[in-house]
Amino acid sequence: MRYLPLDTADRAQMLARVGVQTIDALFADIPAAQRLTTPLPLADGASEIEVERSLARLAARNVAAGSVPFFLGAGAYRHHVPATVDHLIQRSEFLTSYTPYQPEIAQGTLQVLFEFQSQVAALTGMEVANASMYDGSTACGEAMLMAHRVTRRRKAVLSGGLHPQYADVAATLGRMSDDEIIRRPLDPLAREDLAAAIDDETSCVIVQNPDFFGNLRDLAPIAAAAHAKGALLIAVFTEAVSLGAIRSPGEMGADIAVGEGQSIGNALNFGGPYVGLFAARQKHLRQMPGRLAGETVDADGRRSFVLTLSTREQHIRREKATSNICTNSGLCALAFSIHMTLLGETGLRRLANLNHAAAVDLATRLGAVKGVSVLNEAFFNEFTIRTPRDGAALIEDLAKRGIIGGLPVSRLAPGAGLDDLIVVAATEMTTAADRQAYCEALAQCLSSGATR
Amino acid sequence: MNSHGRPTRPADAEPTRHATFTGNRGLDMEEALIFETGRLDATGVDLEAPAPFSSRLGAHARREAIGLPGLTEPEAVRHYARLSRNNYSIDVGLYPLGSCTMKHNPRLNEKVARLPGFADLHPLQPVSTAQGALALIEALAEALLALTGMSAVAMSPKAGAHGELCGMMAIKAALAARGEDKTRSVVLVPDSAHGTNPATAALIGMSVRAVPADADGVVSADSVRAALAPDVGAIMLTNPNTCGLFERNIVAIAEAVHVAGAYFYCDGANFNAVMGKTRPGDLGVDAMHINLHKTFSTPHGGGGPGAGPVVFSERLARYAPAPRIVRSGDALALAEHAEDSEAFGRMSAFHGQMGMFVRAYAYILSHGGDGLKQASEDAVLAANYIRVSLADLMSAPFGDRPCMHEALFDDRWLKDSGLTTLDFAKAMIDEGYHPMTVYFPLVVHGAMLIEPTESESKASLDLFIMALRDLAMKAVSGERERFLAAPIHAPRRRLDETRAARQPVLRWTSPAPV
Repeated sequence: MRYLPLDTADRAQMLARVGVQTIDALFADIPAAQRLTTPLPLADGASEIEVERSLARLAARNVAAGSVPFFLGAGAYRHHVPATVDHLIQRSEFLTSYTPYQPEIAQGTLQVLFEFQSQVAALTGMEVANASMYDGSTACGEAMLMAHRVTRRRKAVLSGGLHPQYADVAATLGRMSDDEIIRRPLDPLAREDLAAAIDDETSCVIVQNPDFFGNLRDLAPIAAAAHAKGALLIAVFTEAVSLGAIRSPGEMGADIAVGEGQSIGNALNFGGPYVGLFAARQKHLRQMPGRLAGETVDADGRRSFVLTLSTREQHIRREKATSNICTNSGLCALAFSIHMTLLGETGLRRLANLNHAAAVDLATRLGAVKGVSVLNEAFFNEFTIRTPRDGAALIEDLAKRGIIGGLPVSRLAPGAGLDDLIVVAATEMTTAADRQAYCEALAQCLSSGATR
Repeated sequence: MNSHGRPTRPADAEPTRHATFTGNRGLDMEEALIFETGRLDATGVDLEAPAPFSSRLGAHARREAIGLPGLTEPEAVRHYARLSRNNYSIDVGLYPLGSCTMKHNPRLNEKVARLPGFADLHPLQPVSTAQGALALIEALAEALLALTGMSAVAMSPKAGAHGELCGMMAIKAALAARGEDKTRSVVLVPDSAHGTNPATAALIGMSVRAVPADADGVVSADSVRAALAPDVGAIMLTNPNTCGLFERNIVAIAEAVHVAGAYFYCDGANFNAVMGKTRPGDLGVDAMHINLHKTFSTPHGGGGPGAGPVVFSERLARYAPAPRIVRSGDALALAEHAEDSEAFGRMSAFHGQMGMFVRAYAYILSHGGDGLKQASEDAVLAANYIRVSLADLMSAPFGDRPCMHEALFDDRWLKDSGLTTLDFAKAMIDEGYHPMTVYFPLVVHGAMLIEPTESESKASLDLFIMALRDLAMKAVSGERERFLAAPIHAPRRRLDETRAARQPVLRWTSPAPV
């Protein structure tokens, strides 16, 4: 086996030094009746060529997003990742190091985390950010738990514009700890009155912007309403690129801002690994979950970075920790940080503008297709259309014509009465020809398909 | 001198460590923050401006500056390449962090994970366009079930602690189904447990009752029986445990737990020791997470991403969270809604760490059943080889008992030296080694937990042993300075961690104008 350096002679010598006759003597603590005496029911090892071949065969059974006109978002977005990003994150020193527990030999990772935290804080308009969470949905759940700790209340209000799977994650956490979770009905037109749902028991209100349907929302009135009742505003975003074009959560008064960072530096990867961004107000720092890199000096007085404030964390505080998180998304955070450094303020704003332009063009074209209407007034790179046909069937028809046309809302929210809605995204990766192809195919599907 | 007057031999000068103008020392380079070198108007990405169009951002458009510095591409490459050089990594040396399983990360796995059919695939594409991805997840799930002898697996948890949470939520759901989730609110956790175990129990509103280990480092069935009561819902036990020992009473413990009406959660962080040697399903385990970033070699990336699939016994299988892969005729489909079954809910958006699944599956195919068993045997052999090779110099808390995949020492042997475990660990850095896990597990004073994994050659192990023996002899013979000053050959000397915590500086801020 090419990954195992020991050979038979090595093993014999080592067993002799250890003082046992057979390797099984070292496994003597396994109860005899439970020792496995038959080979594992798995094929024998395979060569690099064979493994590559079988995985390539599996990969070929998928339709790669880049091989078709592609308009799906809903929490994961297809953006260009510069070649530099993927090269740098594969450097041995980043890829094959552990969590930086020995800072003298981990300054590379630690400085990156400090820069990442600084970038995330700037992007969200918040005061502090942590060194990453698993993804946007788990960051959202952790934000809710943090709000419970800060306010000592246990009732969360979830906006009807929150990604349904994010709401599922929060609801699961809430159910397990007997917290009260108020899920507002899905709200495609962004007309819900969240202020009315906040009372003196409310710990937090969780609002996504741009919301699941692509609407841009003004969070400032919700922040004011929450603060008036002693509750926190948790602002969620699933499309980090949007923050290059729209007002930040911090500017609108959010107390905690969480989101998905996949859009910047990370591939779609069929849903993971992604990188959760988590930022908050300084005054709530001690209640934050996750790792934090901080600045200090070494014995020679040189600026250095180290994991800090670990008295919040599970390995010190155990059952009193702010979270059980340990491993997070270090390498995805590195990819985010490198891509953000390559973009810079100027590049991020241009990228955001290109996305918005593509979406505006697509919305205009789709709105002109007979029977199709665009629901949104203000949007960034994603919006919702209503068509005369069942959305899921329509998306299947489009897929047969080689177009990934978006997300039928019914896939994530069956039974919500929104079967005629499709959430559509356009990024800098979609071309005018793609958008034209989509509109033509959609028109054909609508004229040939059964109407309601 | 050669004929052009160029010196070809080093001069016989006195070596002094003089300061340099740049602060660099040869290949050891200082690197500023991007916030100090970057500019708001610099960018390393060429993006065209779009044709003029009417914005639909309305009043939501950002008006304020963000404050994000940019670098051109050559500057960015240099920044990150230089930073990377200040990191230790498994690619450059033995990385004996106990309970972290820092094994070789095959690059084949990186290559296949980047195939467009996996990497450029959206989680919400029509499932008809992602059949290969679902087939891979199912194949990996089947391999994990074969290795563990369990009934079902939840693939969505994103790391070990997330897997613990998933397993404990399933247990809580099972208790709720019996109407006992309110009355059975206690989780038994041994003192040697990783901190995530009690933190996880607390997250779902359960309280922790400690179970002592015996003097030989393992938990006895009697201790568990003594702690079991009608208010106990579960036990969380790590096996092999964090002292590197197989919990040899595990079958009796599982029986006692089950008789008492509770469930058995096993922390599978150390599964690398027992592949092909025993199966958790045969030991009476009800739920166990598997760290793909440990046992199955997905790179740790300086702190993740990981993946923590959870295997379940028949008793808990029905409560496994959404999503699940289901068969629909000849095709595979996703059951994405917990409400449609007894699933306890959802752990995260989408379907889990697909990028890690591809890598882990490639690792399993490469090894095969025979290779995985050999990997476990080699890992255990290497740990024991280190254990016996250091036993005469360093003190082991549990005597001569064979260990599993990691060898545990304490600090009794340093008692008269005036040195601590930390001093010894930092001196290892000067020898070119990443230190072992130190001060964990908490049950052993000044713990040093060494996990070499199966990836080291005998020559590598021998050099490591000789280096540690040399250091140990120096420590006990009174060479204190070398240890107290260590490390001196690393990019940094010891850090002021107190200052970092007392005056936290967690982000860059523009220095005040002078």
